[in-house]
Amino acid sequence: MNTIPILSILTVIPLAGGGAALLASGQSKTSRSIAFGASLLSLAVAAAAWAMFDSGRGGAQYVERLAWAPSLGIEYHLGVDGLGLLMVLLSALLAPFAMLASWEIGPNRNLYFALILFLEAGLFGTFTALNFFHWFIYWELGLIPAFFLIKLWGGPRRTRAANQFLIYTLAGSMAMLLAFLALYAATGLFDFEELARLARNGGLDSALFAKLGGSFFKSRETLATVVFFGVFLGFAVKAPLMPFHTWLPSAYTEAPAGTSMLLTGAMSKMGVYGFLRILLPLFPGQMRAMQTPLLCLAVATIVFSAAAALAQRDLKRMVAYSSINHVGYCLLGIFAVVRITGDAGTGSADRAAALNGVMLQMFNHGLTAAALFYFVGLIEMRGGGLRGLDDFGGLRKVAPVFCGLMGITLFASLGLPGLNGFVGEFLIFKGVLPLAGWAAAASTLGLLITAIFLLTILQRVFSGPLPSRWSGWKDLTSGERLTLAPVMALMLLLGTCPQILMRVANPAALALSKLF
Amino acid sequence: MLAWTILISFLGAAALVLLPAESRRAARHTALLTALAGLACALAGAVQYERSAASGAPVDLVNFSWIADLHIHFHLAADGVSITLVLLTGIAAVAGVLFSWNIERRTREFFALYLALIGSVYGVFLSFDLFLLFVFYELAIIPKYFLIAVWGSTRREYGAMKLALYSLVGSAMVLVGLIAAYVVSGAQTFDLTELAKYHFPAAFQHWAFPLVFVGFAILAGLWPFHTWAPTGHVAAPTAGSMLLAGVVMKLGAYGALRVAMTLFPEGLRAWQNEIALLAVIGIVYGATVALVQRDLKFVIGYSSVSHMGFVLLGLMTLSKIGLSGAVLQMFSHGIIAGLLFAVVGRMVYDRAHTRDLTELQPMNLSALAPFAAVTFVIAGAASMGLPGFSGFIAELQVLAGAWQVFPRLTLLAGVGILVGIAFMVRVWIKAFFAEGDIKASAIPIEPISMPERAGALVLLGTTVLIGLWPGLLLNLITPTLNSTLFQGMVKGGPQ
Repeated sequence: MNTIPILSILTVIPLAGGGAALLASGQSKTSRSIAFGASLLSLAVAAAAWAMFDSGRGGAQYVERLAWAPSLGIEYHLGVDGLGLLMVLLSALLAPFAMLASWEIGPNRNLYFALILFLEAGLFGTFTALNFFHWFIYWELGLIPAFFLIKLWGGPRRTRAANQFLIYTLAGSMAMLLAFLALYAATGLFDFEELARLARNGGLDSALFAKLGGSFFKSRETLATVVFFGVFLGFAVKAPLMPFHTWLPSAYTEAPAGTSMLLTGAMSKMGVYGFLRILLPLFPGQMRAMQTPLLCLAVATIVFSAAAALAQRDLKRMVAYSSINHVGYCLLGIFAVVRITGDAGTGSADRAAALNGVMLQMFNHGLTAAALFYFVGLIEMRGGGLRGLDDFGGLRKVAPVFCGLMGITLFASLGLPGLNGFVGEFLIFKGVLPLAGWAAAASTLGLLITAIFLLTILQRVFSGPLPSRWSGWKDLTSGERLTLAPVMALMLLLGTCPQILMRVANPAALALSKLF
Repeated sequence: MLAWTILISFLGAAALVLLPAESRRAARHTALLTALAGLACALAGAVQYERSAASGAPVDLVNFSWIADLHIHFHLAADGVSITLVLLTGIAAVAGVLFSWNIERRTREFFALYLALIGSVYGVFLSFDLFLLFVFYELAIIPKYFLIAVWGSTRREYGAMKLALYSLVGSAMVLVGLIAAYVVSGAQTFDLTELAKYHFPAAFQHWAFPLVFVGFAILAGLWPFHTWAPTGHVAAPTAGSMLLAGVVMKLGAYGALRVAMTLFPEGLRAWQNEIALLAVIGIVYGATVALVQRDLKFVIGYSSVSHMGFVLLGLMTLSKIGLSGAVLQMFSHGIIAGLLFAVVGRMVYDRAHTRDLTELQPMNLSALAPFAAVTFVIAGAASMGLPGFSGFIAELQVLAGAWQVFPRLTLLAGVGILVGIAFMVRVWIKAFFAEGDIKASAIPIEPISMPERAGALVLLGTTVLIGLWPGLLLNLITPTLNSTLFQGMVKGGPQ
């Protein structure tokens, strides 16, 4: 249908831009402009893809297929459905935003901006690839730039944070790789759609057991479960799901502001995306068998991370934990979807609601969390490196616009109706409540604690007496206002007209909900 | 075309000997030209083979009676597997010359021995007469001994002697096995294709297979016979380690596949599980030991043991996909290990005069030698088996093949990969990206020279090229694995 390979173009732009930015070494301003231009260009392409998307039909669009290494079942296969498109648009939005946040970053500026673009390319590729082979290239491509962004430009404890980040994520990836190789050894397939088709017919487990079962794996269930866990681990670390989250707080905290924005905004969505795109379609049986422990983990993620955020005294760490909390709602929605309630066939409306909520939450959390990290970055910059909860106070008096906009973002994050965060969480709870009432009930505790610590931030930083050393605190500059204006507008717009996103998300959610 | 690779290399070596001793420049250029000519022949031969022989069967290059009384022929032939390794040799040879550009002491002799080694390696990969193969195999020992003993560094006499002794013990085992095969078959020939048709008695295969296989695999770094590898790699000069890891270890793996596995398929089946276990132990052990080394060259040396474990594991799967992975891993490891040794030996050691991680730490090499740091990071990512590089495709096939036969060992090998990632990250951080104090990093460091850049780009380009278009080599390897020579050892597979 489409003759223009729009998704390939989308991925090539940041790669080429990153290369160009690297080559323009010496002129850090030129390379920065090149990088920013490339990110805007990919945003334009992503917007065009959004505009031309046919929301009337489910399934992948803008499909590209090319033979690559046929003897290995490797095919260049791209395509996006609503889920992929949402994530592509989110990544495209966040990359220029993140660049603006680190506009004046320290040494080796050209390398910094090139790495941001490579990371962006990794994100685009991950969200558009439909064959494991090159999907995995992009999945890992995001990782190495992120490692160096933390390692080279991070805070005082960056080495440890970067190390931990890389080792944890790679451990997850390797488990996933082994699992996919088991699938491949059994079926000779790398294509997500074909594997999903096989799984839908129930052929995946039996193919696995027929080829790999035997003396070591004596039962079909054990083997399928081991393979499931391999894939699961990869996504659970990335998202993250407790107890695989321990790398996250220090990575987000030590990373420079722009990098944290991309890590939390887009990269954590890679994990959630994997759950939706791969785990649900390929391992519905295993997901169902594991539903109770998985739901418990999701609830634990939500509640404990909120509690941990409440206990922090460092603003950046608080926002990091709150990020885990918000991704937790997505996972809650996903795990609830596999539950069977009552007769077969009922609950499909709830499933669709929950899945719609998950996709909206992915997008909106990406936007809000990135904005929060942006604000914390501004505070850190103005506070001369300080970002303790108790270091500030009364800033409302000297920086009313700063206070107002950050306040809006905080409220969006806690899910105030009318702002973007509300709709996703509402739909998730609406869907989960009938499917897994206890989990939804327990998770509301997380909502409550989130409200407490977000309001605490607002109170401690912006109200109360103004310490004399902050009396010269600068309000938002016009450049910063300009940076924030589109983001703020989007937050209001998506809060009031969520159907903009639903139009695209709904067909994908419906298609996924039909699996169960 | 391919047979010229051998002749050109030996001619180049002879030409170097005739040069006046003081003309270092001429020696370098002669060596580079010879290596390039060899690579060109290899490439032309590969293209020619792929066009003409779709069946993947071996194509005769040269075949004439050599020692008629013993029915020994000078028989050179090539199939997809040998061509893959010939290509590797060609690329590694060019890169090795470029990274030896700074050799000032007895330059002429160095390059003469170097080219003699390359010629012998080409010879092993192209011989289809087992006697001839053995001659080339032995011939390779001499130059590699002198390269290490004369131009080496840390404990070079020890390293050289250990390597030579291990090689000689291995080849003695091989020789016994070959003569026994000659006698038992009664076929009056050393020709590989002829002997492969003969069905050796099972009882004979049961002892002959491990003898010949292990004899070769010693050189491939099979655990627990690997101990020559780290010391040899550390002692060797940069180009020496590049060739040792890059092609000499492949001689062992190639011999194990071409001779032991082809001639004795029943013995192979009998010992399959044991050898696979040794291979996986090597994977995990090599990576674990690399994790705690302080000398950078030892890290890479042990990582070679780990990566060669994947070759042996792939061979033991006895499936097409596993074997194809093993052959590709031979190629890929040759390129990547060569690159790692080049950075460590030439770019780092020749400038910083230390390879000790704790001494490198305060220097912050990423600021002093950014090219070396970037090269090492990319090579390290390739060595970890990250996708987009040749190592990924190879390990992917090996592990997919291994899943079907040894699920338990596959999971263990996964642990090995993980440890492999950990030691590489450790090196990145300690050797290149540690926060150095300014005083120590004020050491003047000469910039990375043009030959080094060219060499690094050749190797980097190759691993990325194969990583993104594995078909370039798989089109050579896959048909060959379907040919009659491999039918005895290959069981069914997914393809």
